[in-house]
Amino acid sequence: MTGRHGRTRSVWADVVLLLIGACFLLPLLWLVLGSLDPAAGHGTKLPQQPGLDNFAAVFTPELLFRPLWNSLLLSAGTGIVTLVAAVLAAYPLSRYRSRFNTPFMSAILFGTCLPVTAIMVPVYGLFVQLRLLDSIFATVLFLAATSLPMAIWMTRNFMDAVPLALEEAAWVDGASRLSGLRSIVLPLMGPGLGVVFIFVFIQAWGNFFVPFVLLLSEASQPAAVSIFSFFGQHGAVAYGQLAAFSILYSVPVLALYVIVARGSGNALALAGAVRG
Amino acid sequence: MAANHRGRQVLRYLPVLPAVVLLAVFLAGPVLWAFHASLTNAGLTGKHARNPEWVGLENYQRLLQDPAFPLSLALTVLFVAGSAILGQNVLGLALAVLMRRARPMVSATVGTAVVAAWVLPEIVAAFAAYAFFSRDGTLNQLLGAFGLAETDWLYAVPMVAVILANTWRGTAFSMLVYRAALNGVPAELTEAAQMDGAGAWQRLVFITLPVIRGSIATNLMLVTLQTLAVFTLIWVMTAGGPANGSTTLPVLAYQEAFKFGDIGYGTAVAVVLILIGAVFGLAYLRLLREQKP
Repeated sequence: MTGRHGRTRSVWADVVLLLIGACFLLPLLWLVLGSLDPAAGHGTKLPQQPGLDNFAAVFTPELLFRPLWNSLLLSAGTGIVTLVAAVLAAYPLSRYRSRFNTPFMSAILFGTCLPVTAIMVPVYGLFVQLRLLDSIFATVLFLAATSLPMAIWMTRNFMDAVPLALEEAAWVDGASRLSGLRSIVLPLMGPGLGVVFIFVFIQAWGNFFVPFVLLLSEASQPAAVSIFSFFGQHGAVAYGQLAAFSILYSVPVLALYVIVARGSGNALALAGAVRG
Repeated sequence: MAANHRGRQVLRYLPVLPAVVLLAVFLAGPVLWAFHASLTNAGLTGKHARNPEWVGLENYQRLLQDPAFPLSLALTVLFVAGSAILGQNVLGLALAVLMRRARPMVSATVGTAVVAAWVLPEIVAAFAAYAFFSRDGTLNQLLGAFGLAETDWLYAVPMVAVILANTWRGTAFSMLVYRAALNGVPAELTEAAQMDGAGAWQRLVFITLPVIRGSIATNLMLVTLQTLAVFTLIWVMTAGGPANGSTTLPVLAYQEAFKFGDIGYGTAVAVVLILIGAVFGLAYLRLLREQKP
């Protein structure tokens, strides 16, 4: 009885899920079909003469390689700066007891709630004052600051999971705090650090608004911003090329996401420390 | 002795310094500067760019009189309520519940589709949504196939379009949160209710939802904050138009400051957004404190 009930219900759930899933896929289908269709427009249709012309058209240094290189500099730079600052900050917060810890972590958590789009006007002002506009390095520092609150939380949680006893054993053998951190703690939290790095990298790679405001010259723009060059001067849009470029630009982060989701077996790691 | 101890404690916390400097210069600094600049007539170019004058609360008075501000506040509330609280949150929960009943193959496939929209770079998702809703886009093609009339979604009902687009883009987060939460519900609880004759719907409403209410509250808070800050999706799809018809607070702040060059006024809009974020942030901290055992 319950078995039969359970099975009918499961078929019903299958159908509803597949319908919702189809709705989620439709906008993506346009990307894939459009990229293969030299005559692509807004609509989704099977290409009359499918081909890789769109990909060939965007495969140039100006259109593809320089923007992707800038994206890589921006994202890898942000990932490295964030990770170094987060590991350094997490160490005392995880290893020492102090009245300072709780208010600091609360302030950091509060910082994760700041709507970053709201401070882009003052940040632009700051960059103008300090003559930092168009500097990829300065943009890296800003992006690192916006990722830091979440990164510090995640890093500290991973570090708390490494038993202090292992480090103490190393100290007895004469290791310093720093070499204990380097040779014992960091290797043990390697996968966790990988998750934090990829998390920050994906966010920076996909960020549009920050480089849009802070990086003005074409030479320093990442792919998120240069994508606008497919909107022609007179309103003509090269949809097929836009779709092809979008796919080439998206593949690295999709791949990184798969690595994290497979590796940690928990996609939520990327959603951040949801429970705080 | 005490001074020595304190000195050692300070030294121990030295590694926190780089993070603190970054946060102070690039986050706390701009927030404080925003409060200050919103009280001036700072401009993007011209003499007010070099020598902004103190104007007190003038920008805020202007906000209250400017019909664009209450409209954009209302649109922001509509956007958050429609796409975050109703769209992402409810759809995410529904997906998570359905996935427990469906075949694992189906769950995994649909889960991948939902997550793909979320992992894609923001700008790509925005372009895909723009093409989907545009006049000769996929949605109208589908409606046409069913014999329904076309609508120029982005002009006729821009808020409906951006709310649906943001639901499409962000539901994965809620879905992942709720899948994890439902996995944590003890099976004995729902089994016992089933023995007592409770139907599926009753078990969900009276057993499952109360057990995961902590996750629901946390998720609501986080999706609200994320949606409050959405700029790219709206900007690419409608640029806030037509006639401010989809200008939420982030779009309004951007337009006033960068399009019209009125940094002081645009910053006043940003300050309102920061304050709304701060209220939710404080509520979030409180919520987490209550959840801790």
